[in-house]
Amino acid sequence: MKQEPKHKVRKAASVFSFRRFRALCHKETLQIIRDPTSILIAFILPVVMLFIYGYGINLDTGRVRTGLLCEDTSPDARQFASSLTGSPSLHIIAYDSLPAISEALTRSQIRGFVIIPSDFSIKLRRAESALAASASVEPAPIQLITDGSEPNTANFVQGYVLGAWQNWLAQRAASRGLAAPPAISLENTFWYNPAAESRNYLIPGSITIIMTVIGALLTALVIAREWERGTMEALLSSPVTRAELLLSKIIPYYFLGMIVLLLCIAVAHYLMGVPFRGSPFPILACGSLFLLSVLGIGLLISTATRNQFNSSQIALFVAFLPAMMLSGFLFEISSMPAPIRAVSTIIPARYFVSAIQTLAQVGDAWPVLRRSLIFLACTSVLFLGLTAKLTRKRLE
Amino acid sequence: MSPAVTITDLTRLFPAAPKPALDRVSATIRTGRITGLAGPDGAGKTTLMRLIAGLLKPDSGSIRVFGSDPVRDAAELRGVIGYMPQKFGLYEDLTVIENLTLHADLRAVVGRERDETFARLLKFTDLAHFTGRLAGKLSGGMKQKLGLACALLGAPRLLLLDEPGVGVDPISRRELWRMVGDLADEGIAIIWSTAYLDEAERCDDILLLNEGQPLYAGPPRDLTARMNGRCFLLPVPAENRRIRLAELASRPEILDATIQAQNIRVLIRAKTGSESAHFKFETGSAPAAPRFEDAFMDILGGAKTGASALTHILRDIPRDGATVIETRDLTRTFGDFTAADRINLKIKRGEIYGLLGPNGAGKSTTFRMLCGLLTPTSGEARAAGIDLRHSPARARQRIGYMAQKFSLYGQLTVAQNLAFFSGAYGLHGAGQRDAIDAVTNCFHLAQYHGIKADALPLGYKQRLALACAVMHSPHILFLDEPTSGIDPVTRREFWTHINAAVQRGVTVMVTTHFMDEAEYCDRIGLIHRSKLIAAGAPEDLKSQAVTDENRHPTMEDAFITLIERSGL
Amino acid sequence: MLRRLLALIRKELQIILGDKQSRLLVVMPVIVQTAIFPLAATLEIKNSTLGIYDENHGPAAIELTQRLRAQAVTFTHFIDIDNDHQLNDAIERQRALAVIRIPPDFSAQIARANATPQLQLLLDGRRTNAGQIAAGYIQQIVQSYQQDLASARTGAITSTPSSELVARAWFNPNLDYLDYILPCLIALITTTGVLIVTALSLAREREQGTFDQLLVSPYTPEMIMIGKIVPALLIATFHATLILIAAVFIYQVPFQGSLLVLYAGIILYALALAGVGLFISALCSTQQQAFISMFAFMMPAMMLSGFAAPVENMPVWLQHVTWINPIRHFMEVVKAVYLKNAAADHIASLAWPLLVIGAITLSAAAVLFRRKTA
Repeated sequence: MKQEPKHKVRKAASVFSFRRFRALCHKETLQIIRDPTSILIAFILPVVMLFIYGYGINLDTGRVRTGLLCEDTSPDARQFASSLTGSPSLHIIAYDSLPAISEALTRSQIRGFVIIPSDFSIKLRRAESALAASASVEPAPIQLITDGSEPNTANFVQGYVLGAWQNWLAQRAASRGLAAPPAISLENTFWYNPAAESRNYLIPGSITIIMTVIGALLTALVIAREWERGTMEALLSSPVTRAELLLSKIIPYYFLGMIVLLLCIAVAHYLMGVPFRGSPFPILACGSLFLLSVLGIGLLISTATRNQFNSSQIALFVAFLPAMMLSGFLFEISSMPAPIRAVSTIIPARYFVSAIQTLAQVGDAWPVLRRSLIFLACTSVLFLGLTAKLTRKRLE
Repeated sequence: MSPAVTITDLTRLFPAAPKPALDRVSATIRTGRITGLAGPDGAGKTTLMRLIAGLLKPDSGSIRVFGSDPVRDAAELRGVIGYMPQKFGLYEDLTVIENLTLHADLRAVVGRERDETFARLLKFTDLAHFTGRLAGKLSGGMKQKLGLACALLGAPRLLLLDEPGVGVDPISRRELWRMVGDLADEGIAIIWSTAYLDEAERCDDILLLNEGQPLYAGPPRDLTARMNGRCFLLPVPAENRRIRLAELASRPEILDATIQAQNIRVLIRAKTGSESAHFKFETGSAPAAPRFEDAFMDILGGAKTGASALTHILRDIPRDGATVIETRDLTRTFGDFTAADRINLKIKRGEIYGLLGPNGAGKSTTFRMLCGLLTPTSGEARAAGIDLRHSPARARQRIGYMAQKFSLYGQLTVAQNLAFFSGAYGLHGAGQRDAIDAVTNCFHLAQYHGIKADALPLGYKQRLALACAVMHSPHILFLDEPTSGIDPVTRREFWTHINAAVQRGVTVMVTTHFMDEAEYCDRIGLIHRSKLIAAGAPEDLKSQAVTDENRHPTMEDAFITLIERSGL
Repeated sequence: MLRRLLALIRKELQIILGDKQSRLLVVMPVIVQTAIFPLAATLEIKNSTLGIYDENHGPAAIELTQRLRAQAVTFTHFIDIDNDHQLNDAIERQRALAVIRIPPDFSAQIARANATPQLQLLLDGRRTNAGQIAAGYIQQIVQSYQQDLASARTGAITSTPSSELVARAWFNPNLDYLDYILPCLIALITTTGVLIVTALSLAREREQGTFDQLLVSPYTPEMIMIGKIVPALLIATFHATLILIAAVFIYQVPFQGSLLVLYAGIILYALALAGVGLFISALCSTQQQAFISMFAFMMPAMMLSGFAAPVENMPVWLQHVTWINPIRHFMEVVKAVYLKNAAADHIASLAWPLLVIGAITLSAAAVLFRRKTA
């Protein structure tokens, strides 16, 4: 067999070619721009989501609608009722029968109700005389029924009614000249967020969800699409190297993600008044590493399934839902059972939630950021590495 | 001439398949020559291409491309191999020029070289007008040409073309050959996989595969020469040509029978000894020169033709001479582009009407409007006397449709597809079972019943698609390039079925790029640049194309002459 | 006609259940979500860390810290903090959810009559909801301490109040978060199943050309729609049943209402949602577009369904906007049936918007379908 003289392209083929890389990036960018849904997902959806988290998801219960059934018309009962009405956290609605108020609770028109029984005043007076005589006391009962189908709100209602009730007791004791017990005051101070507004951390946290959507959901489709449409076969047979191919999938989406990150921060800060106390460098660093991690997840799914229909579903369950449920953004990780806490440690969103919330409210708190950065660096290397390993320059 | 590719005892298995896709294949591909890779579906042509391109790993045996291993030395070889996969590998959301630019960048075609190459390729592919159009909006054949143009970029030393001729019209195919021939003259090695045997005949060498086994390697004419004295032409008048054809094809001593102009061309089986003796009694039969296709049919043992079982499935439709398909000034525009321009057609019951035309001429657009898949911008299309656009379901009950692109459910098995499509047309119970059994026998699908449609070889996909289109005994069959990309054996079978259907009174509307298939049609409409430029029986069209230089034009000559003469 | 529809439906189910990967995708997400969600999605505070910054070390401070350490659910980890630097560190690094600061004069103040000893609770502003709940727990401990102090000092006179507040919760007596999240989960999981079958699978048919094949067959666009809706209903019912079984038998959340009503609700909801899915698929030409559009609908709809935060906490205008959200209505229906065994007219009052939404989306989808296909 005669050996052909080496062709000039041969040598160039194996090394990284910037020209090829640029051409692939250009192609990818055109595809992003041409698809109307990328505008939807990159610019409209993030703003919608920010507003939803800023206004729709409000964990700070305002005034809870609470029913009052006052079967006793005495001044004592009215006094207690007015202490309820006076509570800044309760919106008291009066009802006149038990069936009506029960129905209202069942229909979620109120989240709880208080019943002052008809013999309340009599029992109260009797108890007070007994107290004065140091005899055994049968306290006058007040009933509080809450709606257990909303446990969080029910807890709040219980707390608020309890507070109003204690106020009333103290006032009554004072008015009757009884010594008040030593009042230990517990003063709550929320650091970084003195008004305790949940949107101040929910909005930055929601940026995590938005970036997951862009990073993982959008890219979960891109490699699968190339396989389905047969363009991958053409690419594989060209001199494109694995590094060029992967980087050209990462870079355009990386820039898209970073633009969206900055857009989100701008909207959150300037339009919604959420503080961002961190400086640009750590924000960009955390954002970049997180984005690379989720891009890694998306590309990994896409590379592994080679099927758009399935990879989109997998992305939903593997990337989006964990970011939502296990990142500590809506639900406290420490309250979860140990196995689920263990799962949450490999979820990049968890570290980014912590980092971005810290950057928003605390500022450049390096101890927290360092930990997040290290973990995010690990997850991005892990997922991108696995993708690179799975990416073959062959069809099988 | 030094070998570009050396293949030794190459074997490749796929996990699910019982037989190896390639079984101890050895071959040598030389530079400066076009090597044709021929064979029926499932022969292993695509697998061999992919192995040479380094996209698959061999199980045993070896491949050397310019002395290197395509898998191990992939990085070196990718710069010198140009590969056009069957699915073209185009980005549908990129324009023509953007697709070209991408591949040019990937293959280091830059600067002046790029400008020159682009100009040459755009001219050759006739895509110069469409550079700004998205590839997804091109017609099937235009996509094919663009895919080829992309593979030709970067002056490869080995060019692998996986069925480049599929769905490409005769004009473009001529140009394609001219261009590839030039490339071969420059010293490039070309492997051209094809199911078109007139193409295979023009190759310098042929590697004939069947079910993974190499059957023949060498120049095609050596193989063709074996057929000397076994081919005859028998003139038959047009009106009973089809019946004669079916009769002849079913005779044991006849291996193959086709229509060629006014004649039926027959190929005699080899073992019958003194062949010509058999044909003495056929008055007017004359010996004919053998073609590569004859050799191919011979080596594969002929097609399973003869009487089509379809006759038993289809109900007889009384031939009342009614016009069943009619269009009036049928027009469709996409933006400022007119895809179909005032098309007028009239097709009678029991006719085979062929719609011919270059790629992107507007055949598919017209076709889709007739089936009610596309709304005309103006004008009217009626099938079975009803405007299919707002036809009740009952009207669509009478038509059968086979799309150009395989469009059955790939995730379903063959049996599930058959059950679904028969059910969709209201068949049930014993009637449904009978219909499924009948098409299963008729199209030899029994062995594939449990296989997912996606995993079928192309020919069986097409068989399944046709089976699904005829199960409910339609009055009109719309077949959009039904034989595109399938081998001659299967094509014979298809046309036997189509002829059988027509004998039962079914009206068939078909598009094709095979000029020999055009001969089977009763009438032909030629569409070019969105206009119907000629219509009539094949003989009429041919006679229109008679020139001083060419007194007996073939269908292909007629096609080219009429298009050039149209001046559009 | 019915037979043809059956053929269409059977085909759809064969595709959904046809191969291992897709079968797995029908069942696995539901199982995984049912296993993880109820345990993860909780607003209760458990296993948290409390920082104790005792600047006093007096008897009262020791007594109080012992009481804080004694309760075992909310705070299970404690860190001692000795200076402001450690305090800062504990909160900033999120090592503690809250730090209670006992001032140097605490014990002295307690000993004095009529004094007002002050405690400080420092909380992480990045988790105000958890902080508020934690503060509530601590408040209770401090209060009970204070009462015991008072009774120890002045005898029994003021220790027992003259009135008592008897608190009970209906529908979920222990205020267990599981009882809340599992009915919500029925709504959330059926949502994805229905949307995937209606929006995504139709886009796939379009992309793969099988849609054309359906259009030339005797199916009307409405029949094609029904062919997608029925499998979606079946999938929704199947998913809901899986979660229901897990909720009742594994998580032991008692089912109070009528199964018939629940399934009627599921069907109604799936219909409304199928309308949304078909509307999306009629608008989109590729799977990618359909998936992203589906997501763009699903994400806000889920967040504004009342599952992450009650609808009544939203601004009034947004509460009105959520009326068009089918998930919100369905979640109310499920909770009312599951936990409250609500009366028929009550369910009807919750469910009728689903009927309206379904009618609008389905007819809009049908119109769009006709326009796109004709």
